Amino acid sequence: MKLSEKYVLSLPALIYLGIFFVLPIIIMVSISFMLSGDFGGVKPLFNYESHQLHTNLTLNNYKYVFHTYFIWQLILRTIFYSLLTTVFCLILGYPIALLISRSGDKLKNILLLLIIIPFWSCFLIRVYAWMIILGPNDAINKLVNLVRDYFGLAHINLLYTSFSVILCMVYINLPFMILPLYANLEKHNIDLLEAGQDLGASSLKIFLNITLPLSLPGILIGSVLVFIPSMGMFVIPELFGSNCTYMIGNLIKQQFLQTMNWPLGSVTAIIMTFIVVIISLFGNYLSEYLKETENVED
Amino acid sequence: MNILEIKNVSKIYNDNLILDNISLNILKGEFFTLLGPSGCGKTTLLRMIAGFTTPDSGKIFLEGKDITNLQPEERPLHTIFQTYALFPHMTVFGNIAFPLKMAKWSKEKIKIQVEELLDDVKLTKYKNRFPSELSGGQKQRVAIARSLVNRPKLLLLDEPLSALDARLREHMHMELVKLQEETGVTFVYVTHDQSEALALSSRMAVLNLGIIEQLDHPVIVYSKPKTYFVADFLGKCNILKAKIIDILDNSIVLFVGNLIEIEINVEEPNIYKKGQVGWYAIRPEKIKLRRIKNDDTMSTESDNDKYINSGTVVSYFYYGHSTLYEILLKNNAKIQVMLFNNKSEDLKFFKDNSEVYIAFNPNSGNFIEEI
Amino acid sequence: MWKINTSKTVKIFSLITFLFLYIPIIIIILYSFNKSRIGINWSGFTLNWYRILIHDDNLIHAAINSLVIASISSLIAVVFGSFAGIALHKYKIPFFSYLIYIPIVVPEIVVGLSLLLFFILINFTLGYASVVLAHIAFSISFVTLTVISRMDDYDDSVISAARDLGAGPVKAFFLILIPSLLPGIIAGGLMAFTLSIDDFIITFFSAGAGTTTLPLFIYSMIKVGVTPEINAISSIIIIFTLIMAYFVSKLSPTMFE
Repeated sequence: MKLSEKYVLSLPALIYLGIFFVLPIIIMVSISFMLSGDFGGVKPLFNYESHQLHTNLTLNNYKYVFHTYFIWQLILRTIFYSLLTTVFCLILGYPIALLISRSGDKLKNILLLLIIIPFWSCFLIRVYAWMIILGPNDAINKLVNLVRDYFGLAHINLLYTSFSVILCMVYINLPFMILPLYANLEKHNIDLLEAGQDLGASSLKIFLNITLPLSLPGILIGSVLVFIPSMGMFVIPELFGSNCTYMIGNLIKQQFLQTMNWPLGSVTAIIMTFIVVIISLFGNYLSEYLKETENVED
Repeated sequence: MNILEIKNVSKIYNDNLILDNISLNILKGEFFTLLGPSGCGKTTLLRMIAGFTTPDSGKIFLEGKDITNLQPEERPLHTIFQTYALFPHMTVFGNIAFPLKMAKWSKEKIKIQVEELLDDVKLTKYKNRFPSELSGGQKQRVAIARSLVNRPKLLLLDEPLSALDARLREHMHMELVKLQEETGVTFVYVTHDQSEALALSSRMAVLNLGIIEQLDHPVIVYSKPKTYFVADFLGKCNILKAKIIDILDNSIVLFVGNLIEIEINVEEPNIYKKGQVGWYAIRPEKIKLRRIKNDDTMSTESDNDKYINSGTVVSYFYYGHSTLYEILLKNNAKIQVMLFNNKSEDLKFFKDNSEVYIAFNPNSGNFIEEI
Repeated sequence: MWKINTSKTVKIFSLITFLFLYIPIIIIILYSFNKSRIGINWSGFTLNWYRILIHDDNLIHAAINSLVIASISSLIAVVFGSFAGIALHKYKIPFFSYLIYIPIVVPEIVVGLSLLLFFILINFTLGYASVVLAHIAFSISFVTLTVISRMDDYDDSVISAARDLGAGPVKAFFLILIPSLLPGIIAGGLMAFTLSIDDFIITFFSAGAGTTTLPLFIYSMIKVGVTPEINAISSIIIIFTLIMAYFVSKLSPTMFE
């Protein structure tokens, strides 16, 4: 009876996600070992030519990607951008997460709602907002160029710089950092902090010795949640960027939609996913480990 | 007359023996309590009676009918859960009407029955409220009303008062006993609170590690604990090493704590063997304190108090209605004595380190066999 | 107001972050009422850009598409997702617990592209149907996660009580479990609905040439450049999201923890 309930309830979703998440990823992995078709797509797995059966499976796609300098350059740049984004999100998000976790119930709900609203608004619109702010006609850009004038430097268009790309990625992903951090800080024992104050520690000391170490699991989860979408980003560099701010996502999109080289696109996408999954598994593992060691100390 | 018979029931869960060949009968109309520490198997046994788990072996009969493998909804008995388990999306009325709806009663009949019951538990005012709008005590009353609305043969109560504060809990004790007497429904009550068990039950079973240590009237269980566990778990008790040194016609002679010889009456002396070791258990309130040997100002029944020993008061704890003294005896054993403060100057008599004599009637305590 | 005193530094930094989060949004809304077509100079209040939107058939068409796609996908996802959430709360199902995290752990571009490959290889014409199928997939994940978090606070003895009081397993499920979980289920559904309306990346890859949703429409406009019409449509979407987020937070205040 119990067994059937378990499967009746879970099988529809299980099968659905199997077909629309797992199967497509398996297909992508298979394509990464196939030959690119002459006019896009892939060559059939087998063909029969001059009385011989050819298997069109190859590792060349991987070899090609591993040996192409500019792909690695893109990957490194993407990792660099994503790390910077994560760090800035942490710096901007930590105080606010701390503030929310320390506020009373009513204020807390209002502040949480204020964090969630931008998080739920259409991603494109939020990117677009920065196109207005950083655009050549906007005050910020004019101010920057005024300063550059003073130092005798040429005018720049702020929108098409790494600065803008990272700034916008920080803006987009900030809630991913704040929410898990808040969830962690919220669970801290207030008595512990008050005991610290009672024993005469300064607020900075309390923060460095109690709050910060205890919040490490939250920092890790938040960082993973910011890092993942940053690594896959292609819209922001495309809308704001130039060739020198392109990220790996732009290359993948190009390989699939413009040069129509599915196998190479698949390999690049798989390498990126691999990096992301390894880093997030590691972050998650570390966070669980820290949580456990904290519990032991209790 | 037995309403429920549990026969040789065992349950193993994750390699742990939760219930070990339990057999017990519950009489029609009684208030029966299963008492034990957490993990003793009492809740498992209750869930088995309700039908949420099935025994690995053994059978359960309700009024002679085998219900061991019936689904919970097929059993004419109800459970009161520790968390009340009210349906959060239904009003008080809807909650109480639910069992009748499931039994396919007509709308009119449901209305009459539920309103009558609402009146009984004084909840008529609240019938359109949702559980989230009720206090703990009110939720409790809704849960009870909901379980009694279609007159079950048996009501199972799983630590129903543990979420209430002490004052409300005492009030609910009286309510529960009254309710049980009025409705005549058999109650099976699970608790880890010994005073609750003693106060409420007509009979009780003390469970430990999946076996029944003792099953009897609360007075017997308290005053004549059958096992070391029962003596230790229920209230405060002096449990002293003892050895049988003689067996007489209606009594046995014990050598207690390497200190004194006492003779206690037993029903069947011949079940014991000479030289058998065990414990002598006596409650602190059964022992008296005297400042001088043979001082009979302290007690009116001094004729029965045959055994007197001297020691010093090590410490005392004042509880208001009584004071608990810790006495260090000559053999370095410690003994607890509880005196009721029914005289005005009781405390003055026993300062720390003062020399005192203890006296007790041997038959106030009993012998516990070592298993 | 405060559980424990927070230092001034924390408050000041928080204020800066809040400004950082909201200034761009406020700018869009303000500019949507600005008479001037180009630049940042405020040249007077107008509703003109909203008037233009109402008469833009392509935009209306895209908005209707988005609403239809979001409604269908969130409805189906609510059924699958809440059942799965209940099952996952009660039972350990190996592998499945990881499956629902795919849209969170795998970058969207990879999910979108792999779906594109899948649809092409099975000869499934890209269009409304493929977008709906893709949206159901990620919506199931989010509904399931919401229902699981809801179930974690749920008193399981409520279901036992229903069985005990005479309801069979099916009745207990539909008369007690589902209705008492309804606030969480609706919150999950609204979240799925909003995510579907707002989704750009997965839709971009699974829509094909002929199908336009609101975000795809906005994307094509943004590529051309900054215009007041985009400000106006963006403002409408922001207000809509605000209302949705408000309702979800009322229904399920703990869902983000």
